[in-house]
Amino acid sequence: MADELVLLDFWHSPFAMRVRIALAEKGIEYESREEDLSNKSSLLLKMNPVYKQIPVLIHRGRPVCESLIIVEYIDEVWPHKSPLRLLPSSPYDKANAMFWADYVDKKIYPSGKLVWGATGEVQEAAKKEMIENLKELEGELGDKPYFGGESFGFTDVALIPFYTWFYALETCGDFSIIEECPKLVAWTKRCMQRESVSKSLPDQYKVYCFLMELKNKFEAK
Amino acid sequence: MGEEVKVFGFWSSPYTLRAVLALRLKGVPYEYVEENVLGNKSPLLLKYNPIHKKVPVLLHNGKPIVESLVILEYIDEIWKSKPILPKHPYDKAMARFWAKFFDDKCMPAVWKPFWCPEDEREKAVEEACQCLKTLETALNGKRFFGGEEIGLVDIAANFVGFFLRTMQEVTGLELLSAEKFPHLFKWTDEFVNHSVVKENLPPRDKQLEFNRVIIAKYEAGEIKA
Repeated sequence: MADELVLLDFWHSPFAMRVRIALAEKGIEYESREEDLSNKSSLLLKMNPVYKQIPVLIHRGRPVCESLIIVEYIDEVWPHKSPLRLLPSSPYDKANAMFWADYVDKKIYPSGKLVWGATGEVQEAAKKEMIENLKELEGELGDKPYFGGESFGFTDVALIPFYTWFYALETCGDFSIIEECPKLVAWTKRCMQRESVSKSLPDQYKVYCFLMELKNKFEAK
Repeated sequence: MGEEVKVFGFWSSPYTLRAVLALRLKGVPYEYVEENVLGNKSPLLLKYNPIHKKVPVLLHNGKPIVESLVILEYIDEIWKSKPILPKHPYDKAMARFWAKFFDDKCMPAVWKPFWCPEDEREKAVEEACQCLKTLETALNGKRFFGGEEIGLVDIAANFVGFFLRTMQEVTGLELLSAEKFPHLFKWTDEFVNHSVVKENLPPRDKQLEFNRVIIAKYEAGEIKA
């Protein structure tokens, strides 16, 4: 019942991608409404008055905000849609999955923004930090096919959208992610073989162009 | 049951207090290990939280759980009595949203005015008050954020519940008052007088003294904000 579920969306947002992937994994139908972030809809402002940001999942008229909270909500409301839950059932493994998803928000997102968005010393420092962070993630992945173990899970959903930043990170930061983190890159390829992921993620070069436009806008200000 | 529960914390940390309150509310016995966060971090802390190197750390049967909001969810799942999260997924999502809002926006905003340069203070106070106003809206006239009993959001917001008024007392800078935010102010009284909370807060005098000490250190340039 697609009229029950509306996603206030933005094609290039890694946070919105998380929600699209989770819904696709579960085979849930929904209506996606693309927001113009320079001219936010009254619906968005009404549904997310605190942050005025996407993604917002509107379920039966009620908004759920913040991408990881939305993914958790989806996992709880539709546990039967897939043989696999996105979040592990063991409390300890669940806590671990949430920890690493939070890590992506606290580390990858801020340092990534500075790698493609800043210049000079700030960018250089961010690049070092980013490589360290990616290596830490690679350490957590280990030899598992996914962060979730044998199955694609919560942490995978949290991180894979940032794969769309890889071209921008490597071009702006002048480094090679596959050289630094080959296992992580292998993981991205594995994820991209899933239709839920490949259909939810924009092309890396297009994202690079979008990010550069953003960067120019901020520099102009 | 032969369970081993330990909390590595700092007596004055609102994040440590989150873990303590949840365990106490559920009547879970645990061993507390004090970490001196202003000094050198202990080898055990670095072992159990190598990524962030921070308190609190919950150790359950030898396995570490870190990040206070993750710890709260874990505690609620393992020890089912006195649930701190609502049952319904939508209400759960709302509780998680407000707890995250508290961490992402509120906490930095209400902390900043006490530590920023004079010329930034007015703007910092305005932003802090904006957050407090949003919190008051979230409270929606209820006794606690959790309804009739304290829940995830009350526990997460303990900085405003307890520590903020101690900072206001020491500095004379008033962000939260009964006049400006009547419901939120009343909530702080309900919070600190809650039967479990009041037994587990840092002693008020000790906290006031600690505030004075860190403010003095900051003004002397010994510590950064």
